Amino acid sequence: MTLTLAPGDRPYLPRGVRMRADHLRGDQVLLAPEKAVALDPIGAAILSRVNGQASFAEIVDDLAATYSAPRAQIEGDVQTFLQGLRARVFLMVRP
Amino acid sequence: MTAPPPIAMLAELTHRCPLSCPYCSNPVEMVGRQSELATDVWADAFRQAAELGVLQLHLSGGEPASRPDLPELTRAAHEAGLYTNLITSGIGLTPNRLDALEAAGLDHIQLSLQGTRADLADRIGGYKGGFARKMAVAQEIKARGIPLTLNAVMHRHNLDDLDRTIEMAVELGARRLEVACVQFHGWATRNRAALLPTREQTEATKRKVAEAEARLRGTLAFDFVPPDYYSDFPKSCMGGWGSAGLNIAPDGKVLPCHAAETIPHLRFDRITERSLRDIWYDSDAFNAYRGTDFLPETCRSCERVSVDFGGCRCQALAIAGDAAATDPVCRKSPDHHRVTALLEDAMRAAEGAEFTYRVAPR
Repeated sequence: MTLTLAPGDRPYLPRGVRMRADHLRGDQVLLAPEKAVALDPIGAAILSRVNGQASFAEIVDDLAATYSAPRAQIEGDVQTFLQGLRARVFLMVRP
Repeated sequence: MTAPPPIAMLAELTHRCPLSCPYCSNPVEMVGRQSELATDVWADAFRQAAELGVLQLHLSGGEPASRPDLPELTRAAHEAGLYTNLITSGIGLTPNRLDALEAAGLDHIQLSLQGTRADLADRIGGYKGGFARKMAVAQEIKARGIPLTLNAVMHRHNLDDLDRTIEMAVELGARRLEVACVQFHGWATRNRAALLPTREQTEATKRKVAEAEARLRGTLAFDFVPPDYYSDFPKSCMGGWGSAGLNIAPDGKVLPCHAAETIPHLRFDRITERSLRDIWYDSDAFNAYRGTDFLPETCRSCERVSVDFGGCRCQALAIAGDAAATDPVCRKSPDHHRVTALLEDAMRAAEGAEFTYRVAPR
């Protein structure tokens, strides 16, 4: 399967994967089956917009507006980050 | 040195198990039912673990479903904020108990697989009918959508079935497959000749895993533990002693790893006598092999020391006779010839070698 997210794909965290605050170490952590992934603020900002409703394009738009950053650059970063999670089956998409 | 907080804890709720796999990771001397910790002691240990920084809790055994209070324990862990993972053979997980576990907040199940066919799986597990029951439980897990990892413990007798193992993981809807080649500690050391794969099997396995991993990316994730006797370098055991994880035995002994009791000069504190925080940061056993200063020059001057921390302490003791030595699996170890000799002995004795099954406690 291709891991690339299309503009209309709506990503979501499947059952068993969730983000929570890690008070001891600071920042957010992504908990998945037998894995814990420390998230930097950028990763947390992306995943806080992943809810199964927002499309990939909408997530990128929102981040570009919020951080006043070039859309193309944001899109590349978000694509890379989400593909990495998708490869490990920590993230799934609805068309 | 200052240790980081632990990330994961393995709770061995019981050593009782209906299976008698010859590679069982439980110690050869097991804890009987009368010495097992009570429900409230475990619940308190889970809260202490969460406060200490543990994120992932593995509810294991023996067979954790042998504990009637498994749903209560799961609920206590969930309420403490831990990610709860059940490591099980599936035996004893009736639909009613799965209902109770889901309601208690269970996050994930790791189901063991002894083989891809009933005859082979039941012979390895020493439990007739076990495979059929396991497959029924796997279908029940799939129907409920509980996140599933299949843990295939691989060795001489089932490595050639790896392709079918991978197919089964996909069919059962697993998101992850552990291809865990038997590591030789505890019971497995009594079964080296019967279990050690050949070098050809090992090489074929590496190729198959790499191919399947690329083909199934996004569908099935792989964790591959190769048979380390054939490796050039040791495994990064536990991510370093007292560095990322800890283990509580059924009687409350707190261990840096499940095999640590094989190191006879270490004394392990119990959760009933000392706080988890004290044990993690200040106990002699946890500090014994922290960091890399204790290692011989061979390791300290090696660029891989920050990768593998000199390998496994239990294996260093078992094969080199010194828990502070370089893991003899490493080709740079002065004791590496002992691993070569073990391999040669095992290959000579392999033909017709019988299993020495694990003996269950009561």
